[in-house]
This record gives sequence, structure tokens and C-alpha cells, in this order.
Amino acid sequence: MAGFLGALTGLGGGVVLVPLLTIFFHVDLHYAIGASLVSVIATSSGSAAAYVKEGFSNIRIGMFLEIATTMGALLGAYLTAKVPASAIAIIFGLMLMYSAYVSRRTRPRASIEQPADPLATKLKMNGSFPDTTGIRNYNVYRVPAGFSIMFGAGALSGLLGIGSGAFKVVAMDQAMKIPFKVSTTTSNFMIGVTAAASAGVYLSRGYIDPSLAMPVMLGVLIGSLLGTRVLVKTQTKKLRLVFSGVIVLLGIEMLLKGFTGEF
Amino acid sequence: MPTPPPTDNDRSFQEWYEQRMEDTIANLLRGGVLLSAFVVIAGAVLYLGAHPLARVSYRSFSGEPEQLRTVHGIVRSASSGQARSIMQLGLLLLIATPVARVVFSILAFAAEGDRMYVGFTLIVLAVLLYSLFGSFLIA
Repeated sequence: MAGFLGALTGLGGGVVLVPLLTIFFHVDLHYAIGASLVSVIATSSGSAAAYVKEGFSNIRIGMFLEIATTMGALLGAYLTAKVPASAIAIIFGLMLMYSAYVSRRTRPRASIEQPADPLATKLKMNGSFPDTTGIRNYNVYRVPAGFSIMFGAGALSGLLGIGSGAFKVVAMDQAMKIPFKVSTTTSNFMIGVTAAASAGVYLSRGYIDPSLAMPVMLGVLIGSLLGTRVLVKTQTKKLRLVFSGVIVLLGIEMLLKGFTGEF
Repeated sequence: MPTPPPTDNDRSFQEWYEQRMEDTIANLLRGGVLLSAFVVIAGAVLYLGAHPLARVSYRSFSGEPEQLRTVHGIVRSASSGQARSIMQLGLLLLIATPVARVVFSILAFAAEGDRMYVGFTLIVLAVLLYSLFGSFLIA
């Protein structure tokens, strides 16, 4: 069962795994978070391998921002032990609502050419990626703002055992004005390193149980392999609609459980 | 297939080099995931062979035993053939994959002579190593 859930996760995104495990299978929140984090590393490493080869992700941007996300992740992982489970459930619920909102929103694309940002230039972040019309160059802006959001995204990842890809994309796409394709693939690339930073803390706290994480991890790997095939066939618009509906429901359930103190 | 380095000018050499670096990172990530999946499956086969009807409850949190919580403990108990420890070793390899990627990036930036990014990457590596080996000092 956990493997099947993992496969679904590979299809849709890490955020559904923890609510499904806790709500339907009554798995303790800490074990669920541990298993989820392991699956996050598996999907990130698996899919990042594909994107890096295609030349979309920007390794320098990723590495620089990983300073923020790994430190945030350490903080988040420490907080998991300090914060009561009901509070984690409430934060999780809010986060689910937010990611449903993000996935439904159409993004306005303002691509006004501005002069290069001196800090981004100094950090050698401006880059290029293959587009339909050839190689496209882009500049990066507002590095400190992006860096701060990344710290928050890392903390959330460490606290909830998720990849928090949605927030990473917000930091890069919205704050730093990095092209969407580069943002999403670089975010995917960063998720694995961010998750590894909290995984060490989880491991030493005993949150990672091999008998639970094993089926979840293998399911996620199979799911993400199938995912790329299924996603090509099905209409992504419909799939997204169904998925955000599921996420909202899970979010409500997590909030209710958090407020009634069922965790 | 790695293409031979172009020798005509610096610009195309730089591009060739970055392409090689990206290819190597991609293979490293893929190899790490495959290796860890293999070890996890091996442990699972052993585990299910020994406890075919095992039912474990995860309703309440009790925490993993000591030998499944530290890098040292996992490696030691896995090498003595304990099925759960072998699965955990596979998961540890999965966690180590991004760490290996960071180590490789340090070497790659160093080979490019990019000292600033060697510095940034060293910070990331320090945080990761602290998490894996140092967190039990505080926990």
C-alpha cells in the first residue's frame, strides 16, 4: 500500500504522501515525515539527472541558493522535534492550500529587458538555456530576496519532510526573475541536497524506519518512471484540476486534525 | 558519448567543459539512485524472507533503535547481515547521493579555477556533513 502511495507521489508531488499516510493509514506523523523525505530525495535525484543533461538547470544558481536551503533545512529538522505534532499538521494544511493555489494560478509573464543586476553578475548567475528558437540568455535579479525565501523554503522542507518545490520556484521565478523552465528544473535539482541536509537529523532522531521507507521509496521510483509516460498521454490541465482538488481536501483534513489535536 | 575537447578557442572549450560536468553530475545522480534501490531491494528480499507475515504498527512513535540511527551503526549492523539494516544502508546511500554530487561540484569548480564557487560549495558540504555526522551531538 505504501508503495502504491509512493507511486502516486511520483506522479503528483511529495505533498500528498504525508497526509495520506497519516490520515488513512494512521502512521505517526514523525515516521510519515521521515518516509516522505526519503522519497523526496529519490524523485529529485532521479529527475534532476534528466534535466541537468538537457542544460536547463543552472548549477551556479542552485549551488549558491543551497547555502540558504540547507541551513533552513537544518533549522526545520530541529524544530520538528520541538514543535507539537498538531502545530505541524496545521502548518502542513496551510501549505497544502497554498500549493493548490499556486498550481491553479496562471502566471503573468513580464519579460521586460532590464540591465543586469551587479550582484548577480558578480556571482556569475546569468546564464542561457536551449529554447525553441535557439539558445536564450537570461539575467538574474534580487538575489538577497531570493536567498531569504530559499531559507524559508528549506526550513519548511526540514519541518514537514517535503521538497517544498513550490516555494523554491516562487523564489526563483517571482523574486529573482529566472525563466520558469530554468526555475523549475533548478528547484528540482536543489530539492535533493536540501532534503539530504534534514535527512541526517531525521536519521539520528529515529524518524526513518526502513520497513516503511522501503516500499515508499521503491513506489516513488516506479511512479516517477511511469509518471513521465502517463503525463505525456493525459491532458495535464485535467490532471492538475483533479490534483489540486485532492490537495485542498487533504489540506482541510490536516487542518481539522491539527485543531482537534488528533495528532 | 563524450566529445573530444575543441581546441579552437576559449569560449567553446568552456562550453564543452560545462557540458562534461553536467553529464557527469547526471550520471552520478542516476547511479546513486540505482545503487541505493538495489541495496534496498536486497534488504527487502532478505527481510520478507525471514518475516513473511510481519505486521508492524506505526501508529505511535517509538523511534528507531540505535544501530539504525547513526552512519556508523547502520554500516556495522548491515555488514553483519541484518535485513533491516541493509534496507537502511540503501536509504543511507540514497541520502549520500546528493552529498556526492556536492563533493563532485567542488572538484569541478576547482578545476575551472572558480574559487568563489568552491567556497560556496564547501559551505553546503559542511552543512550536509554536520547533519549526517554531527547532529547526534546535540540531539
